[in-house]
Parts: sequence; structure tokens; C-alpha cells
Amino acid sequence: MKSEKIMDLSEAIRRFVKPGDHISIGGFTLNRNPMAAVYEIIRQGIDGLHLYAHSNGQGVDELIGAGCVSRLEIAYGGTGRFAPTCIRFKKAAQEGLLAVEDYSNYQMTLRFMAGAMGVPFLPTRSGLGTDLIEKWGFSPETRAADPRLPNDKLKVMDNPFGNWGDVPRVVLVPAINPDVTIIHVQKSGPKGTSRIEGLPFSDVEQAKSARHLIVTCEKIVETDDLRDAPESNQIPFFCVDAVVEAPHGAYPTACYRHYDYDPVYLNDYRKYASDDALYADYLQRFIRGVKDHAGLIGLIGQERIKAIAADPRTGYATGLDRK
Amino acid sequence: MADYTLRELMTIVAAREIRDGDIVFCGTGISMVAAMAAKHISAPNSVIFFETGAIDSKLEEVPMAVADPRVMFHTSVNGSLADAFATMQNRFTGKKVVGVMGAAQIDPYGNLNSTVIGDYRQPRVRFSGSGGACDVASFVSRTIIFMQHEKRKFVQKLDYMTSPGWLDGPGARGRAGLSDDSGPAAVITNMAVMRFDSHTKRMYLEGCYPGISKEKIVENTGFEVDASHAEEVAPPTEAELRILRERCDPQGLILG
Repeated sequence: MKSEKIMDLSEAIRRFVKPGDHISIGGFTLNRNPMAAVYEIIRQGIDGLHLYAHSNGQGVDELIGAGCVSRLEIAYGGTGRFAPTCIRFKKAAQEGLLAVEDYSNYQMTLRFMAGAMGVPFLPTRSGLGTDLIEKWGFSPETRAADPRLPNDKLKVMDNPFGNWGDVPRVVLVPAINPDVTIIHVQKSGPKGTSRIEGLPFSDVEQAKSARHLIVTCEKIVETDDLRDAPESNQIPFFCVDAVVEAPHGAYPTACYRHYDYDPVYLNDYRKYASDDALYADYLQRFIRGVKDHAGLIGLIGQERIKAIAADPRTGYATGLDRK
Repeated sequence: MADYTLRELMTIVAAREIRDGDIVFCGTGISMVAAMAAKHISAPNSVIFFETGAIDSKLEEVPMAVADPRVMFHTSVNGSLADAFATMQNRFTGKKVVGVMGAAQIDPYGNLNSTVIGDYRQPRVRFSGSGGACDVASFVSRTIIFMQHEKRKFVQKLDYMTSPGWLDGPGARGRAGLSDDSGPAAVITNMAVMRFDSHTKRMYLEGCYPGISKEKIVENTGFEVDASHAEEVAPPTEAELRILRERCDPQGLILG
């Protein structure tokens, strides 16, 4: 298969992710985070990123931990039971190393959707009366200095249609148009048509809101394999700038019908992340010390990779020891 | 009487709050097990629904997060986040949704903080943030809240209001633009069940767990709370415990 969009991950990151970029990554807590790409960003030492996320756990925490992120707009920084609050995120926020702007999950989703739709904002009732509206993380100066940021965090507006819909007032959430979005999917064609299996989260809105889109996938397949069931595809090819085959590209997070999250990795990560010296070792040994994602998978070893292989009936690793 | 743990008691108390036909918005952990238990006990037609978009998942194993691949198996629909929250904001379907959530701090009106302790820009303690909590609390008909019963968590004033409860009392939700007839219904703690007065919207003590005195609960609540009508909460039955241990969480991932 040939296509000018197919490239290896190091080239895709080098071409489309620059220091200081506004970036968003797909997935949710411990599922389908584009981890191969996250680790490649860390390896290339790209910093000063302005990161948008709704509830991305592992990917967000590792980018923050490695010092790649200077500003974060987020709804939730956690990795389920493995880290109810992401550890490096918590530490960076408490030590003042990271400027954080909080939204809710729906607000962030609508913000990506507005960006994807080409409108400046969308309305919702979520957050009326709360500090999400009252308290701002970014200073007015920060907002004014970056033309990619709106001057206001959120706006409350009386319903311009009177009480139509029995809603007197709405919150307006500003659109997001990242410089680049990175998502990991199960299948892509050579020109970028992509298929997500299981829950899509907000990946489709994130993908379509971005100036550039990198799609990493478990497997690049023939275009006809995807076009035989077009109703199962979510991303049209012309949205995609780079197609990267990255087997286990969401590891250590899960990829439905392919593999589960790795409880051993996530539990170990919690230990490393809780201690600065251990964390530096972790970064050196598992991320910077390997050539690429295949190198990390090799380090983890076949036994553990086999343990998380998805059962074909359920789509996850049935009976996996997750303690 | 059956032997049971505190977490099992809390789970069963929450499960009893779920009515047949409810669409239950679940978070991670104990709320998920409560929703699973309710389906086996008193609410067989309730629907488990996750903010990630999974509707009526067949939970053969306990999920460790709302994005766990276990929630994606054998659902009615695997929707997106946009679909999930629209279902709650929708004026027809939203009324059927009950939300189960937790927080780091709660105030007398059931407003919740899951964002920071201390100053917002320079937090002493940073938590995960809203996730879908603010959305759920803004939209759905009623919410059930899990809390650890400690003075520093039951506070007169929150450090940050992430999710709206009854705001500052009667009529306040309507004035803010939210629905006046939806809001927090019960707070389930490690000591007691609290509810909200229909007139004042303030929290009161409804039930004490077996062996826990009213005084101890009042002492661990950081604001004034009416305890005059409190009764003892019924402990879980053998049948309820069997369902929890054998059908909901046999590996003890959440309750163990």
C-alpha cells in the first residue's frame, strides 16, 4: 500500500507537532490514549505545549510528567481506580508548574464540536451557578497574549428566544481549534479513512476541530476493507494528514477488541509517578531509553502482552488479574 | 444477623435508592457496584449508563473506570460523550436519569467540590476536576452522593463549587437557570444517610448506620445539621450480600 500520508511516527510528530503548539489527544482515562505518539513527543523533547483534554488520564499525565506541557484545559485528570487523580498532573498543579483551566466533560466536548462545526461557541445548561464559570485559571494577560485563546473562559447569556425550550439562561462555551489532534484507532486506510471500534469518546469532534490530524492505528488496511462497511467508519480521509501504523499504539491503555489496559504497568506507573527520582528512572528506562514504541513493547515482554490480549467475544481480556 | 463490611452496607444503601426504570448514570467504584446490585435486587428494569456513551452495558466483570473496555460489551448503543450528555440534558430522557457521584467536599445544600482545596490558581490540593459531575448535577432529575463523613469534607463553604446542588437554598437553581425540581436527593456516607429538607433545601440526618450514634455523626459534620428525626438504617440482608459478593464483584476489586 502506498500513500504520501503513510509515515513512521517519528516523522509524523516531527512534521506536525511543534514546541508551543495547541494540541489535543483522543481517548479517555485508561482507554485508547494515543500513547505511542505521547511517548514519541516525550522522546523528541517537544515542550511548551498547550494541551486540551476532556478526561484523558494516562496520556495527559505522562506528557505533564515529562515536562512537555505548560498549559492545560481539562475536565478530569484521572485514570480510574489506578489513579483517581493523575499523580504528575496533581503534583504539577500544586507546585505551580502548570496553568490549569477547568471545564466539564460536556463543555469540553461541545468546545471541540464547535471547532469542528466552524461556529465560535455552543450553548449548554451545564455549570450555571458554579465556580467553573466564576473562577478562571488563565489570567486575562495570558489570554490576550495568545491569539489562539478567546478572551473569556465562559459566558452566561439569557435565552435570546425568551423562555423557549423552558430554558431561561445558557452557558456559552468557546470553540477549540487545536493546531494538531492525535488519535489512536483500530483501523485506517492508506489515505486516512478511519474506524474506531467500541466507544468513540470525543475523538471524532477532536479530530475534525484540528488544523492537522495524526491518526495512529493498530493496522493499516486496504481502502476496500473499510469501504465495504462505510457506516462503521467515522473519520473521512481528507481530514487526515498522517497515517501511522502503530501496533499496541494505545498501550498501556486499552484498545477495544485488540487488548486491555495493562494493570501491571498502571500500578507500577503509580509507584514511579509518586517519587521524583523513581519517575526520572522510569522516563529514562521505559521511554527515552527505547528507540520507539516497539522497543517499549519488547521491554514489557510477550508474556504480559499476551495476558492483555482481547477475548474475541467480549473485546477485553476476560479474567485478567486487575488488582 | 449477617456479617458485612462498611463498603457493602454503603453499596446496598445506595442500591435501595435506585427505582425500577431509572436510567442510572454511574461513576467508577462503589457507585457502579450499587447500580449493578440494584438491577439484581429491586430495579430489574433500571439501565446502567456511563458518561462515556455506553448504554445498558452487559457487565460480566467490574469496570475499573467509566472508559474500561468492559463497559463497551453488549450495549444497546455505544455512543459518544456528546450523545451521553445530551441524553441527560434532553428534556424527556433527562428526567429519567439518576446520577450517582462523589466529591472531596460537600456543603449544607449538597453543592460539591471535586476540583481543589485552597486557592484555585495555587491549590494546596488538586483533585481530578469535574469530569462529567458538573454536567450530571446540572441536568438530571436527582443525584445520590457518596461521601466520607469527616468535618473537613462536610463544610459550611466549599473551596470551589464544581457541581451544583441546591446552590444557596430554595429557588436558587431556578434563578441560576437550572431546573428547580431537580437536585441532590441523598448523601450516603460511611456513617449515615442524609437527605435535603423540601422547604429549606438544607441537609438533615435521616438514618444512622447500626452502632453509630447521632452525636458522632453531628460531631463529624462541619455545619449545623438537624438530627432530630434520625432512625437506624436497616443492615443488608443475606440475600443482598450474596448478590454483591457472587454476582457483582466476585473478585473483590471494588468492595474487597
